[in-house]
Amino acid sequence: MNIIVVGLSHKTAGVEIREKIAFSPTQMEKPLKALVELPDITEAVIVSTCNRVEVYATTRDVAGGMARLKRFLADYHNFPLETLEKHLYSYHGEDATRHVFRVASSLDSMVVGEPQILGQIKTSYGYAAEFKSSGIILNRFLHKAFSVAKRVRTETKIASSAVSVAFAAVELAKKIFGELGDKTVLLIGAGEMCELAAKHFINVGVRGVMVTNRTYERAEKLAEEFDAKPVRFEDLMDHLPKADIILSSTGAPHFIIRENDMEEVLRRRKHKPMFFIDIAVPRDIDPKVNDVENCYLYTVDDLNGVVATNLEQRKIEAAKAEAIVEQEIGQFFKWLASLDVTPTIVALRSHFDEIRKAELAKTLSNWKDLPPGAEKKLEALTNAIMNKLLHQPTSTLKRTDQGSRNDLYVDALRSLFDLQTEAEQENLMELED
Amino acid sequence: MNALLFNSTLVIYAVVTAIYLLYLLKPKESLGKVGLWLTLAGFVVHCGFTVNRYLEAGHTPITNLHESLSFFSLAIVGIFILFERRYKISILGSFMMPLALLVMAISASFSSVIPPLNPALKSKWLAVHTIMAFLGYAAFAISFGVSIMYLIQSHFLKTRRLGPMFQKLPALDLLDDISYRCLTFGFPLLTFAIISGAIWAETAWGTYWSWDPKETWSLITWFIYAALLHGRLTTGWRGRKAAMLSIFGFVIMLFTFLGVNLLLPGLHSYK
Repeated sequence: MNIIVVGLSHKTAGVEIREKIAFSPTQMEKPLKALVELPDITEAVIVSTCNRVEVYATTRDVAGGMARLKRFLADYHNFPLETLEKHLYSYHGEDATRHVFRVASSLDSMVVGEPQILGQIKTSYGYAAEFKSSGIILNRFLHKAFSVAKRVRTETKIASSAVSVAFAAVELAKKIFGELGDKTVLLIGAGEMCELAAKHFINVGVRGVMVTNRTYERAEKLAEEFDAKPVRFEDLMDHLPKADIILSSTGAPHFIIRENDMEEVLRRRKHKPMFFIDIAVPRDIDPKVNDVENCYLYTVDDLNGVVATNLEQRKIEAAKAEAIVEQEIGQFFKWLASLDVTPTIVALRSHFDEIRKAELAKTLSNWKDLPPGAEKKLEALTNAIMNKLLHQPTSTLKRTDQGSRNDLYVDALRSLFDLQTEAEQENLMELED
Repeated sequence: MNALLFNSTLVIYAVVTAIYLLYLLKPKESLGKVGLWLTLAGFVVHCGFTVNRYLEAGHTPITNLHESLSFFSLAIVGIFILFERRYKISILGSFMMPLALLVMAISASFSSVIPPLNPALKSKWLAVHTIMAFLGYAAFAISFGVSIMYLIQSHFLKTRRLGPMFQKLPALDLLDDISYRCLTFGFPLLTFAIISGAIWAETAWGTYWSWDPKETWSLITWFIYAALLHGRLTTGWRGRKAAMLSIFGFVIMLFTFLGVNLLLPGLHSYK
């Protein structure tokens, strides 16, 4: 049995293609059932996110299976196959495993290490399990992918540093204030990045948010959106001492917070530290504010610098993650190979034969006055019993028209008769976790 | 037995210091855990040494520099373990354990012979006075270490040097808070040590206060920490300013402890 992957991602297709091929999460039953009804395809899982659309499937015929999946993606979305094919990638065997392990571990993501993808694959797998389009192989395969992703998460620092400006601001604030639960954010002006940063701060749970703008109505509007307190721009200096974290992005041509304002402000807040984030160009806050004791000022360039360093760090961590993926591929393939029918039948027969021979030897050694020729006859008799017993299961296993049930039988036989080596056994137990 | 326990403590602290310094450089969290467990082991052996010394001498073993430096180190390690557990800051060990080791090493350089007890010290006040003084000193030592951490972290933030050490150091506010807590713990101890010392002086020497160098410098130390605490509570001296004052206070305290004994002759010059 082979695992194949066919799909496209942000690396091979623009959003105008991806949006046409995407599957709606509310209607997964139809495509999943259609997939497993295709000839050659025994199990299938569809992963559809805004950055990728992929089908994972098992098949006996790699080339045929891939062709069918490609045709399915095109036909299902009424998209010309010739155009689609240019954007599709397809993998089988070890490459397919590597691909899925890397995707789950967020090594193939647009932002390497971003944590959402694992959850998205888990949800996709949930649909496949619900509509019974995945069987023993893809079940194990995806659980393995989840455990690889977990290993990557815990053993490398791939996701431990902030790689967006807004998130970097939150991380820095935590290094100044520790817990942010009793801190107040002041938003001066408006702007996409500023609002995004404010949202991040609200998400981690600050005590309150104040919003000010040159036009009070805009401040009120924004305040409503953030459940914040609007402040008149003229009153900025009165409210500044109450703010711990200041996000500023006004269109002002000059500094709106100057170094010599700070003495008074800090005195009024008993010199508790302040964190200024100046996202405006030209700058809103006098750079000399950073020289004032207990004041920390970061501009958008500084934050970009933090992000760039973190991205470098992620590259190093990604190399470690790739090594983990390679290691796990080997383990998974050992298990997959064990599902082959012929070696299983051989193992089963030799297991039975060993028992037969041992029991026969025990009987013969205790049997004193054995008539001549009886030994041969007993040998033939036990052989015949064994062959009769094994005939039905063997021929059932050799049938090729029963899809993923075959793998199920092989797996069951191996477990029931303990046909694995010890290494395989360990591997299985790890998969169960 | 005495020497064995003392030397074992010294060796364990040296190993712990090496581990914690390595922890500073290597991004391995497990080093911090190993460091703490070994520190605990060292602390137990160190307690063993102190108890053994008490049994052999028959009085509180804080009567000369060898003994008091060892007890100072013991108090630093004890309070360090408390704070490490309370705040879960492994990197505190990278700053405190080298200090504990240094104090032990200096202690080792003084004679470990148990001398006959100076008759003036034969008093129930010996234990109260010295234990309180050294617990207070140890609290100030932790405040000193945390203040250095604060200055480093603040410098990293101001100059945007956000490397691995920056990641390991805790938040500024937490460091500031720990430093403050140490002071609120150490200051009353120092106060009681001075008061108990005065009472003891009255019974031993017949006068509460004789402006002996130790007394004078203790008072200076007391005023520095009093000023620091007062500044914090009223005008909000915090952050860098508070950290630098705490470091200054610790240096003066060290002089009160060591400088006075070694350099200035007086009633407290126990060597």
